[in-house]
Amino acid sequence: MARAVTPRRKLLLTASAWSVALLIFFPVLWTVLTSFKTEVSAVASPPQLFSADWTLENYAEVWQRSDYPRFFWNSVVLSVGSTLLGLVIAIPAAWSMAFVPGTRTRDLLMWMLSTKMMPAAAVLIPMYLIFQRTGLFDSRLGLVLALMLMNLPVIVWMLYTYFKEIPAEILEAARMDGANLWSEILYVLTPMAVPGIASTVLLNVILAWNEAFWTITLTTTKAAPLSAFIASFSAPQGLFYAKLSAASTMAIAPILILGWFSQKQLVRGLTFGAVK
Amino acid sequence: MGKITLKSVRKAFGEVDVIPGIDLGIEDGEFVVFVGPSGCGKSTLLRLIAGLEDVTSGTITIDGKDMTELPPAQRGLAMVFQSYALYPHMSVRKNIAFPLKMAGVSPEEQERKVQAAAKVLNLGDYLDRRPGQLSGGQRQRVAIGRAIVREPKAFLFDEPLSNLDAALRVSMRQEISELHQNLKTTMIYVTHDQVEAMTMADKIVVLNAGRIEQVGSPMELYRSPANLFVAGFIGSPKMNLIEGAEAARHGAATIGIRPEHIDIGRGDWHGVVGLSEHLGSDTFLKVMADGLGTLTVRADGEVSIKAGDRIRMSPQPDKIHRFDKDGKALA
Amino acid sequence: MATQSSRLAARLTLAPSVIVLFIWMIVPLALTIWFSFRIYRLLSPDRTGWAGFRNYVWFVNSPDFWLAISNTLLLVGGVLAITIVFGVLIALLIDQPVWGQGPLRILVISPFFVMPPVAASIWENLFMHPQNGMLASLALGVGLQPILFLENYPMSSVIFIVSWEWLPFATLILLTALQSLSSEQIEAAEMDGAGALSRFRYIVLPHLTRAITVVILIQTIFLLGIFGEIFTTTQGGPGSASTTLPYMIYKQAVIAKDIGRAAAGGIIAVILANIVAFFLMRSMGKNLDV
Repeated sequence: MARAVTPRRKLLLTASAWSVALLIFFPVLWTVLTSFKTEVSAVASPPQLFSADWTLENYAEVWQRSDYPRFFWNSVVLSVGSTLLGLVIAIPAAWSMAFVPGTRTRDLLMWMLSTKMMPAAAVLIPMYLIFQRTGLFDSRLGLVLALMLMNLPVIVWMLYTYFKEIPAEILEAARMDGANLWSEILYVLTPMAVPGIASTVLLNVILAWNEAFWTITLTTTKAAPLSAFIASFSAPQGLFYAKLSAASTMAIAPILILGWFSQKQLVRGLTFGAVK
Repeated sequence: MGKITLKSVRKAFGEVDVIPGIDLGIEDGEFVVFVGPSGCGKSTLLRLIAGLEDVTSGTITIDGKDMTELPPAQRGLAMVFQSYALYPHMSVRKNIAFPLKMAGVSPEEQERKVQAAAKVLNLGDYLDRRPGQLSGGQRQRVAIGRAIVREPKAFLFDEPLSNLDAALRVSMRQEISELHQNLKTTMIYVTHDQVEAMTMADKIVVLNAGRIEQVGSPMELYRSPANLFVAGFIGSPKMNLIEGAEAARHGAATIGIRPEHIDIGRGDWHGVVGLSEHLGSDTFLKVMADGLGTLTVRADGEVSIKAGDRIRMSPQPDKIHRFDKDGKALA
Repeated sequence: MATQSSRLAARLTLAPSVIVLFIWMIVPLALTIWFSFRIYRLLSPDRTGWAGFRNYVWFVNSPDFWLAISNTLLLVGGVLAITIVFGVLIALLIDQPVWGQGPLRILVISPFFVMPPVAASIWENLFMHPQNGMLASLALGVGLQPILFLENYPMSSVIFIVSWEWLPFATLILLTALQSLSSEQIEAAEMDGAGALSRFRYIVLPHLTRAITVVILIQTIFLLGIFGEIFTTTQGGPGSASTTLPYMIYKQAVIAKDIGRAAAGGIIAVILANIVAFFLMRSMGKNLDV
């Protein structure tokens, strides 16, 4: 912006922007604050933003009552595993769409996305049976596969949009330099697309981390991630708010922190590579 | 070695014949320039030789071996692209070494060859930089370096100088010519700039609409263009083309006379000078000649003719080119 | 513009993605179709056999069916409308010269990181609960009766919660698009005498078309399958007031334990999703230049 803004105007704009942002953020903030209150002050009326009796008791109790580290570790394995596996399959596919496009490329991409529109609830029973029969039920491998397949269309699409920005001449140069397809993708395309790939990874880790249908219906204990952990805290009665808040905070904190630190990359990723 | 032969090479994109059929022989060690207006198929032809596109029919042989079906990597050619196509994430050293790495050359050998190439191209100080930190001319040299280390049978250049400014273009042109003299490797060079073609080529191939209009040495094309297209394309400023009564007087549908072959002072042609461009070494005059149309005439640099002056001119009789009504040159 | 070998390579590199996605789509779908024509009740396992179209007839004629369809469309349409309108407004605000754009972005993006069951349970318990929720306390504080959000306005509440989750997404995409609008364009329009509103109408909004397309496309994909938020908060109730199509299928399968009827509902949902997908892709695809 080349134009000067009067300080008064800037102050006014800043104040309104911050008010709106805080309003949007408030539920998260409130949850975190509540998690440090006693159950009594958690439901005090009128509500207290800060309470005098800070406590870590809620966390201690949630920690004792459930096996948080296992849920957490499962979340990490499922979200990172499904994303990396998805990358391995999607990078070659996106290469092909971006650099050897055919008349059907767009239809194919749209078809991939449309597989995501199938309501999961519609195929719950068959999926449940398939997972039971193949021994994938409540296994990390099964969930990694399911989450990978769920996010694969998004991964392919995002990589495709990033790859398309890379000039084809550079890949042709690699071909002239004696690179085969594998070297071309490994040594030239992938390193050049690192920022785009990073955004893709971040967004898909978050999508997988927050998935809460298959992770709940296709697990019981062994492979259950944090979404199942939080589901087990549902239907709380009255004086249970502080503990619920503590559990909620524990479920969302890892991804919230990751998201904050990688904000720049993530915003790029959030646009699915479709908006510059 | 690098003898390349094209036999009835045809390329169609869908229904459109971009190259209807070309026969061409390129001798070992020759510097061949493909020149023509944009869209004439010259880049497509180069990409066919490189193997980056499939031929629709016909064969391409290199040193007698049929290469038509082979992928680019196995043809033993190196290419320098218009955009240089350097790998932005690799240092200059790694860029130049990349083809060697792909060929499985040992690291010591890679380094030796990179150093040798860097010395030839004056890149010694830049080996650890990234392409993004280099100027246009330096990037161009890196691209050439990457081509040299492969010791290819032939170099392919696709409009390599078109992204450089005018001054740099002249010096890079000379560097490439010197490189050719030192390496004596076959080079195929694509350009739309006839000056580059004239100054660098052993052999010029003039292309138009996917067809070869004429093949010959620069001076052959200059002295005896085979048709109107070549006559108009080669030489700067362009040859004057005159139709009508004056042409008929020479027994042709069209006659052509280059600006530098018109003498000023005496003669049967006269006209009014519309514009006089003094370049110092030469002066170019735009003359509205009576009954002939607008002519470009080259005069001496020191000449003092101004716009509005009326002058007399005469074409040098042995420099008049005659063409029939189909545009073909008459003997 | 490619060679035979690269076209072959293209087919080979595409194959794994296409094949696994096809299997992921077709196997459950085929099984669902099979079940939808069977009598298959977990509560009476001895009764089996072909049901013909009876499962479909039952599903379509069930009193909840049309309600579920309209609820589904209401949810998708409502969330899209809210997130796009507020997304544009908030993006315009943040794009102004303000202090702390970075932290602002972090605050606005945060709801996107909250997993749906947590989001739903925070809203249900900490805010909308009629006795202990914050909104109830606030209402009592100013002398009003607390509103029974989930009991009296279940669909609106669900739409509100889901909108909160998706607002960051819409806002950030629109903000990114806004920031790529050259200030010269705006200045030129100003020189031409365009007021703030006409500048928005004729310069900013057209510039945002592509971003809005992306928001609609992506959100619809995710919103059609919304389940966790309803499951956590209203359980489709009271009665069937907030039952969407996915939730109705879920109830048939898990609560009524009638797999045949649930499968028939599943097939209907798939058909509807494909109709939506078809129109969406056709009208939006061009806008995406993919």
